[in-house]
Amino acid sequence: MTPLLEVKDLRMHFPVRKGVFSRVCGAVRAVDGVSFSIEAGKTLSLVGESGSGKTTTGRALLRLIEPTGGQVLFAGQDVTKAGKEDLRVLRKQMQIIFQDPFGSLNPRMTVFNMLSEILQVHRIAPPTEWRGRVEELLRLVGLPQEAADRYPHEFSGGQRQRVGIARALAVEPKLIVADEPVSALDVSIQAQILNLLEELQERLGLAYLFIGHDLSVVRHISDEVAVMYLGKIVEIGPKERVFENPTHPYTRALLSAAPMAGAGPKHQRIVLQGDVPSPIAPPPGCAFHPRCPDARPECRELGPTLQKVSEGHRAACLVHAPEHQ
Amino acid sequence: MSTNTPLLRVRDLRTQFHTDQGVALAVDGVSFDLKAGKTLALVGESGCGKSVTAMSILRLIPSPPGKIAGGTIEFEGRDLLGASDQDLRKVRGNDISMIFQEPMTSMNPVFRVGNQLTDVIRLHRGSSKADARREAIALLAQVGIPAPEERIDDYPHQMSGGMLQRIMIAMALSCQPKVLIADEPTTALDVTIQAQILELLKSLQVSKGLAILLITHDLGVVEEVSDEVAVMYAGKIIEYSARTSSLLETPRHPYTQGLYASLPSMQRGRTRLHTIPGSVPAATQFPSGCRFHPRCPHALPVCKETAPPWTPLENGSGVACWLHAEAKP
Repeated sequence: MTPLLEVKDLRMHFPVRKGVFSRVCGAVRAVDGVSFSIEAGKTLSLVGESGSGKTTTGRALLRLIEPTGGQVLFAGQDVTKAGKEDLRVLRKQMQIIFQDPFGSLNPRMTVFNMLSEILQVHRIAPPTEWRGRVEELLRLVGLPQEAADRYPHEFSGGQRQRVGIARALAVEPKLIVADEPVSALDVSIQAQILNLLEELQERLGLAYLFIGHDLSVVRHISDEVAVMYLGKIVEIGPKERVFENPTHPYTRALLSAAPMAGAGPKHQRIVLQGDVPSPIAPPPGCAFHPRCPDARPECRELGPTLQKVSEGHRAACLVHAPEHQ
Repeated sequence: MSTNTPLLRVRDLRTQFHTDQGVALAVDGVSFDLKAGKTLALVGESGCGKSVTAMSILRLIPSPPGKIAGGTIEFEGRDLLGASDQDLRKVRGNDISMIFQEPMTSMNPVFRVGNQLTDVIRLHRGSSKADARREAIALLAQVGIPAPEERIDDYPHQMSGGMLQRIMIAMALSCQPKVLIADEPTTALDVTIQAQILELLKSLQVSKGLAILLITHDLGVVEEVSDEVAVMYAGKIIEYSARTSSLLETPRHPYTQGLYASLPSMQRGRTRLHTIPGSVPAATQFPSGCRFHPRCPHALPVCKETAPPWTPLENGSGVACWLHAEAKP
């Protein structure tokens, strides 16, 4: 079975300019050779700290920013090579919801205007059906019918996130890139939105690329997890394998650093030294070696590639996932 | 001083804001004690009044529109609410310091971090420029800044968020305060950096006997670092536990229970999460009676009418809920 979305060696480099003539003097390798695939109706999560390239990956694969290299296949069709018209059709099937429910809605438009504009632009329904379609969408995301004639400022953060989800669903997509959709919300509201996302996935067969940094949320919602560090995937696999048998030292540190309510007796915490290095000049060899508790001399020279740990579970580490395994 | 006498005693604190929609009762009758060498976590969702409580202690509430309408705040027996501005300036920084959520916006971007740090030391202690600089370098080393002699001359934008938060901590501790108010100190930081900062705060607390008032919304952070915890909802403390672990084991208030239940815990598989219906009410229109009653699964008729009394529980803990009250009207 071909996966719904296949990302191959995606790269997104931003030029660094300097001086009067803005000469290009380097590049930020925000995403540097990322590959993964998502099957219909499944959820893959990208986790990592700020600057690891997870958001850029999400935007580059939708071509909200033009990727520098690599290939993105959606249901077998090459997104990276699609022309303007093809891309418009493709975008109906791939949507995004954003982190900040306050910044991502136009404050001057009512919910009805926002949603009906999409129906008009994508020629989904004639004007006579707009009211009905908008009401249907609101029902789907659990908002009252009166919400249609309100402006964004009249809603709470959780309700705005529901409007954002309704907007993404208006075009009946198959894939939604959810970029930190619950990070700005309080825990009790976060639970409501996570439940909604799961319900919609079951009802509509949606696939999610879920971008997050909260590991307990990611563990709850994902089928597969990919851990990113400095623009590269360092570990990927089914969530049970990654969470129960973390192989890359960064994944281990990330899991042990996250404070978990109700995790029982205090676990031994691995506190990493130092900060994430600059993506303009990533360290040679394995980019994680300056902070790695298990680094060996060869880690400074050889860049590791993803190697099989167990079925479907791969990690990029010379020490814990050597090539012969 | 024995560990039982509180350093900071807050009683019936009321802070209000005058808005176009009416008076917002941001903090409405909050009482707690902070003991030397202990960490008290004030936890709640956005808008519950936890940050306003922290700002009220140092009288940092902008007025107008804000106003501390009632209550007492005592530090080592001295009244802070009635103190003159001059006296209060001596308390700020010297006795009680504060660190904020956003280290990036709490520093002045046009001055070197060293200048900002030495200014504090010179102002509060009257040290010479050279002494203050030496002191500042020692402080930076203490909070774990590598190569402090060089980094002291950096500007804030040259540093990462984690480093800036370390510098904020160094600044807050430069006059050896007894109380540190930490308002969401790690919320803007990544988890691996958060772990570093929490470790740093813990080790400084042990070496200096600091009392920490930790304001946070993250129940995981609460569990990792606090000794005691107070849960706030709609401007009031609705549950207090003298032992953080016992709050986790047996939350008493339906709101606290709901909060814990709605966490996507690491153990559970892919089942639906528990949710608390509705959302936090606006501070200008709190419901009558118990402010949680419209969202409470166990609400009784009395909850709509009368605010619940404070019910003391074992070893100093307590809860404000009719379900636990001994005498029901």
